[in-house]
Amino acid sequence: MIRYLVNRLALSVVVVFGVSILVFLMLHLVPGDPAVVMLSEQANASDVQHLRHELGLDQPLWAQYALYLERVVHGDLGRSIRLRLPVSELIASRLPNTLELAAASLSLATLVGVAVGAVSAVRRGRLADNLAMVGALIGVSLPGFWLGLMLILLFGLRLGALPIAGNQDGLASLVLPALTLATVPMATIARLTRSGLLDVLGEDYVRTARAKGLTEFAVIVSHALRNSIIPVITVVGVQFGVLLGGAIIVETVFAWPGLGRLLIDAVSARDFPLVQGIMLFISVSFVLVNLCADLVYGYVDPRIRYG
Amino acid sequence: MIDWYGVARNRMVLVGAVLVIGVLLAGLLAPMISPNDPIKITPDALAPPTREHPFGTDDLGRDILSRMLYGARISPIVGLIAVAISTVAGVSMGLVSGYAGGPADNVIMRVVDVLLSFPGIVLAIGIVAILGPGLNHALLAVGIAGIPTFARVVRGSVLVEKEKEYVEAARLLGVPTPRLLLVHILPNVMAPVIVLSTLSVATAILAAAALSFVGLGAQLPTPEWGAMLSQGREYLASQWWVATFPGLAIAVTVLGVNLLGDGLRDVLDPRLRT
Repeated sequence: MIRYLVNRLALSVVVVFGVSILVFLMLHLVPGDPAVVMLSEQANASDVQHLRHELGLDQPLWAQYALYLERVVHGDLGRSIRLRLPVSELIASRLPNTLELAAASLSLATLVGVAVGAVSAVRRGRLADNLAMVGALIGVSLPGFWLGLMLILLFGLRLGALPIAGNQDGLASLVLPALTLATVPMATIARLTRSGLLDVLGEDYVRTARAKGLTEFAVIVSHALRNSIIPVITVVGVQFGVLLGGAIIVETVFAWPGLGRLLIDAVSARDFPLVQGIMLFISVSFVLVNLCADLVYGYVDPRIRYG
Repeated sequence: MIDWYGVARNRMVLVGAVLVIGVLLAGLLAPMISPNDPIKITPDALAPPTREHPFGTDDLGRDILSRMLYGARISPIVGLIAVAISTVAGVSMGLVSGYAGGPADNVIMRVVDVLLSFPGIVLAIGIVAILGPGLNHALLAVGIAGIPTFARVVRGSVLVEKEKEYVEAARLLGVPTPRLLLVHILPNVMAPVIVLSTLSVATAILAAAALSFVGLGAQLPTPEWGAMLSQGREYLASQWWVATFPGLAIAVTVLGVNLLGDGLRDVLDPRLRT
């Protein structure tokens, strides 16, 4: 287990290092002078010179990267050009909103996904199974931004039942964005639970559980589901990344003041320090969540860590 | 080898193919069948669905049905080109990485790891941030974001194939490496590539439409579905049709591609089934 842990950690460090190089190079891949691009064509020469100096663009590339890495390691992600605030401060102010949305969606997706997948497996080939699987297919095919708008139209504008924008109304304002964001992972988890459960339903220990007179519910939940849930754990980890990505679009639909909206606004305004900071942050978080998911997987399934 | 007979008999493949062919035909025949000019501005702004405008008109009086039909020339093609970029680059990387092994494999796979450490849409947004907004840039961004998945899948299959006897035999016969990779190994790793490509078209269509929706992809007046949807957002309260129909078009297209992909997966590569 220690060897697996060390290998996995070393790989993550290499990847994070690679990510930092890629994010750093973003600014240098912009066609033309990035300082001019950020300040628009009308900016005068001294403003451009000033920004070039502020971003360190007047130094050799390797020196710029060394300085960038040193700052990042100390938690300094630079200053937003447009908002004139430290990027780390902006991320910290928006992060709780995105985490709230992602956590609500992931919980909803896991609860409903596992339940639907289990019912579907137990009722294999019957109406409930067919309905659930068609529903899952439609779930992964609906564009999140359109589903969000349709939910706004129905529950917000027509029925007036739920708030449609922002996060000022507590739990009520979380319902529609969380539901929109949960759709795709819910469908994925339902499909995975179904196939995992179908694999174990024919096993001897399930027959034994039935033979000793347990109720069907106990057989499914305590015996079969427990053994088929392992792949779902990793997928829940991976889905967190999908949620972070999906949140960008959903936050735009629902005017949710999270990281995703901050990123889109930053890209539209060509505010590169902010774009770089958010991308680095999202990527490193994604690597960490995947690392945790892999470690949990290695812990619950010995075949992985010794394989 | 690929079981094309099994593919043709699969019900999901059939339904998916009908939907996808329908959308492609709608795009192909758009100049003949669309009732109005898709970018012609008329005084009939925000008119509800009527016999003359079955899906209503937008804020500049343009016929939404006509714009959707012309949009069928954009989104599916964007998806296909983006996936072509991912497939060609990803398959090449995977073939080289899996076959060569050693330092080349290590370098390619670390690059893949780095690219995979961004959620796909975040990587695409980053690329658009570099290149600037626009449909072509969005297409390229979505294509690049898809490369690492192909590279990884192909590498895995090549690792299995290169140990087989036919590869050993070809090598002993002196077949040059590029020929060995392209003529002998590639056809045997195509099944997962076909499945992944099909499913990726759905993801690519959604991602490109999402980029247009947030203003980073196609720009108006291009009749792209994501951009039309974004425009309809402003009128959601009173003119629901402006946003509803373009979104339905995206959903139907993506559903068709997903059905096709799922069906192909069941026949060609049941291991990928979830």
